[in-house]
Amino acid sequence: MPEKNAVEMRGVTKRYPRVLACDGVDLSIRQGEIHAIIGENGAGKSTLMKILYGMVRPDEGSITLNGKSLTGHSASDSIRLGLGMVHQHFMLIDPFTVAENVVLGIEPVRAGLFIDGRTARERVERLSSEYGLALAPDERIENLSVGLEQRAEIVKVLYRGADILILDEPTGVLTPQEVTELFVVLRALRESGRTIIFITHKLNEVIELADRVTVMRDGRVTGVVSAAETTPAELARMMVGRDVLLRVERREATPGEAVLVVNKLSAVGRKGTHVLDHVSLKIRSGEILGIAGVHGNGQTELVDAITGLHATSSGNVTLSGTDITNLRPRTIRDLGVAHVPEDRLERGLVPEFTVAENLLLGHHHRAGYSKRGLIDVAKMEEHARELIVEHDLRPADSSISASHLSGGNQQKLIVAREFDGAPALLIASQPTRGVDIGAIEFVHTNILKMRDAGAAVLLVSAELSEIMTLSDRIAVMYGGRIVQEFEGGTVSEEELGRYMTGAAGAEAAVEAEGTAEATGAAGGTA
Amino acid sequence: MSLPGASGTTTPAVETVETAGTGRIVSLLAPLVAVLAAFLVGGLVVAAIGESPLEFYSILFRGAFGSVDGVGLVLFNATPLIFAGLAVAFAFRSGLFNIGGEGQLYIGSFVCAWMALQMPAAPAVLLIPLLILASAAGGALWAAIPGYLKARFGVHEVINTIMMNFIAVALTSYLVVEIFKEPGQMTPQTAVIPMAGELPRLAGFFQTIGVPLPNANPLNASFLIALVAVWLAWFILQRTTLGYEIRAVGHNMSAAEYAGINVRRTLVMAMLLSGSFAGLVATNEVMGFRHRFLDNFSSGVGFMGIAVALLGRNSPVGVLFAALLFGVLNTGALEVDIFTEVPRELILVVQAVTIILVVVGNEIVRRRLARGRAMGCPSKEGAEAS
Repeated sequence: MPEKNAVEMRGVTKRYPRVLACDGVDLSIRQGEIHAIIGENGAGKSTLMKILYGMVRPDEGSITLNGKSLTGHSASDSIRLGLGMVHQHFMLIDPFTVAENVVLGIEPVRAGLFIDGRTARERVERLSSEYGLALAPDERIENLSVGLEQRAEIVKVLYRGADILILDEPTGVLTPQEVTELFVVLRALRESGRTIIFITHKLNEVIELADRVTVMRDGRVTGVVSAAETTPAELARMMVGRDVLLRVERREATPGEAVLVVNKLSAVGRKGTHVLDHVSLKIRSGEILGIAGVHGNGQTELVDAITGLHATSSGNVTLSGTDITNLRPRTIRDLGVAHVPEDRLERGLVPEFTVAENLLLGHHHRAGYSKRGLIDVAKMEEHARELIVEHDLRPADSSISASHLSGGNQQKLIVAREFDGAPALLIASQPTRGVDIGAIEFVHTNILKMRDAGAAVLLVSAELSEIMTLSDRIAVMYGGRIVQEFEGGTVSEEELGRYMTGAAGAEAAVEAEGTAEATGAAGGTA
Repeated sequence: MSLPGASGTTTPAVETVETAGTGRIVSLLAPLVAVLAAFLVGGLVVAAIGESPLEFYSILFRGAFGSVDGVGLVLFNATPLIFAGLAVAFAFRSGLFNIGGEGQLYIGSFVCAWMALQMPAAPAVLLIPLLILASAAGGALWAAIPGYLKARFGVHEVINTIMMNFIAVALTSYLVVEIFKEPGQMTPQTAVIPMAGELPRLAGFFQTIGVPLPNANPLNASFLIALVAVWLAWFILQRTTLGYEIRAVGHNMSAAEYAGINVRRTLVMAMLLSGSFAGLVATNEVMGFRHRFLDNFSSGVGFMGIAVALLGRNSPVGVLFAALLFGVLNTGALEVDIFTEVPRELILVVQAVTIILVVVGNEIVRRRLARGRAMGCPSKEGAEAS
């Protein structure tokens, strides 16, 4: 091995009262490489990185960072030794400028009292241009796109002198274009001699970007491979421990009658902006309409407007001919609309409730579960037992609180609940966000099953591969409008990406009303 | 190089459940530990003023448990605290902080006394249930106003319930001084309610089963109503659709909304029921003990309810035990006052220290659990990712 190792972890073990989070993990990161660490939720990646960063103390094992052996180090020690972490959730202060955020905590000071704004700006500018980050130092964070916010985080870490960067799931929040741009930045950083540790669960990115890959499962390293010599299938097998269907089998759709018809629907957001602008779409039974779009372009409001959670200002929504515009959420649910919400912890679950209670959420008032104002506890338990078995929820215990389930099982719980009772319309919003490959396979298979059983499915996802795998038709949302619609399988990721960022949708946006009409009509005849 | 991972690792999910189980035990133990620690700190304070802590506590517990009369007093003193504690705990389960128990119990008590005085000839079978309902309705009405303001306009219930307290005290004071004062008396109180509206004392009953509770002991049937109220609060929360919705709203309002629950209506209902529990203090004060409404009778029972609910971790059964503990302290305080140089205010210090230690203890336990879960539980990464 000619290269020096930037990070050397040997036999690192971390025991928690009931769980072995890291079990004799060896990790070698070479100087100047992009090293991906992959594994399912709970595989120990995060714990391992926290140990490296000095946030968690290991029970056993040795750590060497840039040639220095570390014992009982703290995060500030590792920062001093050149380690920097770009967190998955950005740690930025929104009303502050980029420069202010970058220097926060170690501000250059003038006359011992005042922050030297000019020096701060200059340094940010220099770092930004060096790596092609295109960051304006005086822009406020709140005005930046997610991709630029992430760059501000990267600059923050570089400003602190990091030559080893840990990026925790950095692409989860980005558009395909932003991902491409991020990769350019990361390669530039590698060229400058920096080392990058890249935590992810997206196998294609690993193959595209990384030099080497460490795969973890159940707290152990199950493989270290060169990215050039592996395949997604092999990586998935090492991660899960069995063969995984990375792409579910899908039969041709056999659409029936129109179930959901959205006609020129508009809605106003909290700040008085038009979050939905004459949106029209139509979904027939037995087909999946996928909505692609960068988060924040009206998808959330569209789903909320259909389900009665967001008031609309004009236009209407009909479900199998019944006008459901602005009805109460309960009425809409009772008419056969099921909804897997985009944020399972914020909306989909009451974390403190037991699994059984959560499986009843939204159905709790219905006959069979509720009699004269009383919950039928026996029925609730029976219902829970059935769904737990049917959907292989683990642990198979209806009495524990949902907060104790893993993310994947929380999602399975929501899917189990919402898919129950043959809904006419199924709305699945980010149905696989943050869940394991195994659970993704499960969710995708079930969405297709629902479609084949005759449900109309509205799929909203930031995950383009998900949209492309499952959808019979694809609509792209940008700026609160549907800017384009495609037949499934007739469009490339890049093309979708261009519409998602508004680049290709410019002409569509000009023909404001006309497009909405046309899209509606196209949806009708498709 | 790759590390061949030997098979046979534990199933993480199952382990997590066990962690949750031990967590439950720990969280149940926390109040007990806090109470013991509070006694210790209280003892230090006693020692600091030059008295013997041992003597202090032995007198205190002798007062509470040394005689049947003492135990009766403990239950009597605990009764209004059970109602007040339930009021706070119940509202809290919907996510609302009802600081207005004091005002609600004043209104409930006044309505109860007023109603009784309107029906001098009604028989007990009619009057007693009616007065119980009137007490609850009075408290419910007073709580519904801030509840409605919260649900409709989002105005913070803490401010409004506090304001409603001032209004309730002043209003009942005005009514009892200016309009409903007992004729020919100086004391600002209403006339005595009809006999038919009085709740029986329990001394007679206990004597027939061989427990020598003296006739003078004020323990009355209101204590039994309090026990029923504990069960009722539990039943509503755990077994009814409304209770399910109240808990859903309290834990996660957006999930409740998503599930089609009418959040506003649920909040108002929770406050109505919470106020009802506070209003039921009247069954002890008016129907069981004084048999009239006395101006300014409550020495902060409504506020003690907050502490009771906190100590009882907002569960109805927890409230029952917390109220009994405070009943012991209140009863023992009397004895301490009589037999030692220790000022009875010290009991208040011990109570206050208990509350503080419970709050701190809860927080420590909660963090412990959260940390254990974050590190030990495999769901951590998933939770982070979402």
